Amino acid sequence: MTEEHHASDYHAPHIVPVGTYVLVFLALMLGTALTTWIAYIDLRAWNTVAALTIAVCKMLLVVLFFMHVKYSKGLTRIVIVGAFFWLGIMITLTCSDMLTRHWEIVPEGWSAGALHLFRLLF
Amino acid sequence: MAAHSVHPPGFAHQFETVEQQREAGHLGMWIFLATEILFFGGMFTAYIVYRALHLSSFILGSHQLVVKFGAMNTAVLICSSLTMALAIRTAQTGGSKGVVIVWLLLTMALGAAFLGIKLRYEWYRDYMEGLIPGVAWLSGGTHTPGVKMFMCFYFFMTGLHALHMVVGLGILTVLVIMTVRNRFSAEYYSPLEISGLYWHFVDIVWIFLFPLLYLIGGRYPGS
Repeated sequence: MTEEHHASDYHAPHIVPVGTYVLVFLALMLGTALTTWIAYIDLRAWNTVAALTIAVCKMLLVVLFFMHVKYSKGLTRIVIVGAFFWLGIMITLTCSDMLTRHWEIVPEGWSAGALHLFRLLF
Repeated sequence: MAAHSVHPPGFAHQFETVEQQREAGHLGMWIFLATEILFFGGMFTAYIVYRALHLSSFILGSHQLVVKFGAMNTAVLICSSLTMALAIRTAQTGGSKGVVIVWLLLTMALGAAFLGIKLRYEWYRDYMEGLIPGVAWLSGGTHTPGVKMFMCFYFFMTGLHALHMVVGLGILTVLVIMTVRNRFSAEYYSPLEISGLYWHFVDIVWIFLFPLLYLIGGRYPGS
């Protein structure tokens, strides 16, 4: 490793063509129009699925092209995948806890119950 | 030793190559964005839980928002992401600093337009219509607690997003000043690229907030 080597070892980063940016932009605008339009059609539970699927697709377009992840190196990608993996852990474990509990309704409201408990104890 | 004089501008001594410095910058920014993903993720998780618990109230709350303005703001942010990407590309390809400044100022104008629409046509309208829990609340009915909960999520999520936009506008102001002072070249434009990552991230947050707050549950008659 000589000093000369450092100066000449420069690899130009990938330059995304303007056409690609414009195409991604048009796809994002189309996605926005599509998701808005679908919200006005009765698909029952599929409304939510459609809206979130389009949002994820739009996110992928922004991440891959605008944020240059398509042209990035392994270590950066590991950080990104890790971030979403941890987000997945947070959402799945929270939901698996909440959705598997047997929720009971306190008839007279939680505040009355708490007050009752307070009087019993003190 | 003569090679020292040909060091590219902005090249720090602790790095082996310019490329390594660039990648280290990207990695650091993505680690920060990972904390941001989990920061907003906490709110998204809470939103999922409360939506599941009060589904009908959340759909009722969602219908209080105007889709037109949400969709318009989504389009404005997507435009601003394009202009940001083009500002970076101009610097990358060694374009004139005037063009970089124009793209940056256009990005700022679109960011300001987003905040303007949010304030004037959404939050101000919400205030006038009495949709702000604890500040101005005019509606009644059996669903009131759940709808109030939805509106709280709406204001906290859009509020924190708007705060990120304000920070982004500050960053863009610094970038414009740096560009004016000739700090960037085709060899060194890392601050532009790193700030671009932040700006696009804020765009992505809105890409999820728009369907989650305005659309899911449907807008069709009887939804």
